[in-house]
Amino acid sequence: MSTRRIVAIVLRQLYLMRGSVARILPLFAWVAVDMVLWGFITRYLNAITRAGLDFIPTLLGAVLLWDYFARVMQGVTTTFLEDVWSRNFLNLFATPLSTGEYVAGLVASSLLTSAVGLCVMLVLATVFFGLSFFSYGAALIPFLLILLTFGLALGVAGSAIVLWLGPASEWFIWPIPAIVAPFAGVFYPISTLPRWMQYIAHALPPAPVFEGLRGIVAGKGVSAPALAWGGVLAIGYLVAACLIFGSVYRRAVRVGLIARYSAESLS
Amino acid sequence: MSAAPEVLEVVNLRKVYGSSIVAVDRVSFSVGRNEIVGLLGPNGAGKTTTINMILGVLTPTSGSIAIDGMDIARSRTRALQRTNFAAVYGTLPGNLTVEQNLHIFGLLYGVDDLRRRIDAVIERFDLGGLRNRKSGVLSSGEQTRLALAKAFLNRPTLLLLDEPTASLDPAAADDIRRRIRRYADEAGVGILWTSHNMYEVEEVCHRVLFLSHGTILLEGDPKRLPSQHGHKTLEDLFIAIAREPLTLGAAPH
Repeated sequence: MSTRRIVAIVLRQLYLMRGSVARILPLFAWVAVDMVLWGFITRYLNAITRAGLDFIPTLLGAVLLWDYFARVMQGVTTTFLEDVWSRNFLNLFATPLSTGEYVAGLVASSLLTSAVGLCVMLVLATVFFGLSFFSYGAALIPFLLILLTFGLALGVAGSAIVLWLGPASEWFIWPIPAIVAPFAGVFYPISTLPRWMQYIAHALPPAPVFEGLRGIVAGKGVSAPALAWGGVLAIGYLVAACLIFGSVYRRAVRVGLIARYSAESLS
Repeated sequence: MSAAPEVLEVVNLRKVYGSSIVAVDRVSFSVGRNEIVGLLGPNGAGKTTTINMILGVLTPTSGSIAIDGMDIARSRTRALQRTNFAAVYGTLPGNLTVEQNLHIFGLLYGVDDLRRRIDAVIERFDLGGLRNRKSGVLSSGEQTRLALAKAFLNRPTLLLLDEPTASLDPAAADDIRRRIRRYADEAGVGILWTSHNMYEVEEVCHRVLFLSHGTILLEGDPKRLPSQHGHKTLEDLFIAIAREPLTLGAAPH
């Protein structure tokens, strides 16, 4: 692994952002809109429900964590898609860059860009709607780490899908967070789901995060074994996603797709 | 004392797509230091497929490729650190400036003292005034000069040029050829050059390989090959090979 080659991938993304409002705004604009929208919804819900119920830490906190997860995933895929859009695969992979270094560069880019979104969300939720992240205690760290790792995993897997199926398939990867959300129990307990959906939920790392979040707010605390399981699952997904990306890349090199990627397929 | 290895040694290279489409068939050749070798042939002859395999972006079905004595299958990173390329179909990202592109590719190739090296190639390829311009707004000639600046950035021992002057007017093409030859002489680089411009090939290449249907049909000095095969010019020979490659063996030597 060469740090310089990883830095090159990150730097490319920073250069692109430096001169482009269209690339900087999405880092925080949509999450800011989400915070404002859900901030007012939670205020309204607090006003119309009985005293003692506080939707801010459950609902607004859940939206914030889920948005962070989605930003992490999109941070990986948009960095990857920059190479798709600029038809840069031949130039990139004819250099000494390895697939491991390339994926590490995508991950590092995502860490930076998603951190911007997270900071904006934290400021808005705290200053305007009184969300206190300290109320989650130390559990916030594993919450964020699990969502970060799973977001990276889906981002790498989504990139592999586009590499496999061609540039037009980018639309497959944008709805992935929306497809995962109903199973992950972001806004409701997993027990609300029908049995078959619960099986899927237990195989998803975000499920114990949001169950834990609701547990803390309800004063029941968080299940450490459940969180640990979520962490193991997230790491497993990330390793699997990297293996899948490597396998798809090797196929692309074997069939000649890297050199002629704009053709989408060789048929 | 053993002789220094050729900068490129290709042995029995073969690429089969699917189960039956043979793009390159048992091709063997070498490129020496300070040598410019022309890889010629009609469209679909297997030139770009061969170059892609040498660049490591296409896996050969069989055969071996060694760059500076290093097998690309086993030592990909080290071999590609000594290689670079420029191709009309491999334009650099248009949304980055000239300098940003060179900076990023300099990091990818592991170039030492990168700032100074970027300044040197920018000066060499007359890109000083375009340093902060987005690559996508450059003219064809300027983009070609940028592609060549990138290609020489890591001081390669092997340079692959796939139709480097294809989109240029004659004056710009002549300028580019002079720059490449001058730099190649100074840097001691071996070059594999594909082109459909036979005048250019005669002027630039020390040796040519004629590829047809994935195999090498002829090899030799571009100035002497035409007469050796009963043709007046290299272009006549090219046309004969493109139309009827199988009759070539009957040509007088």
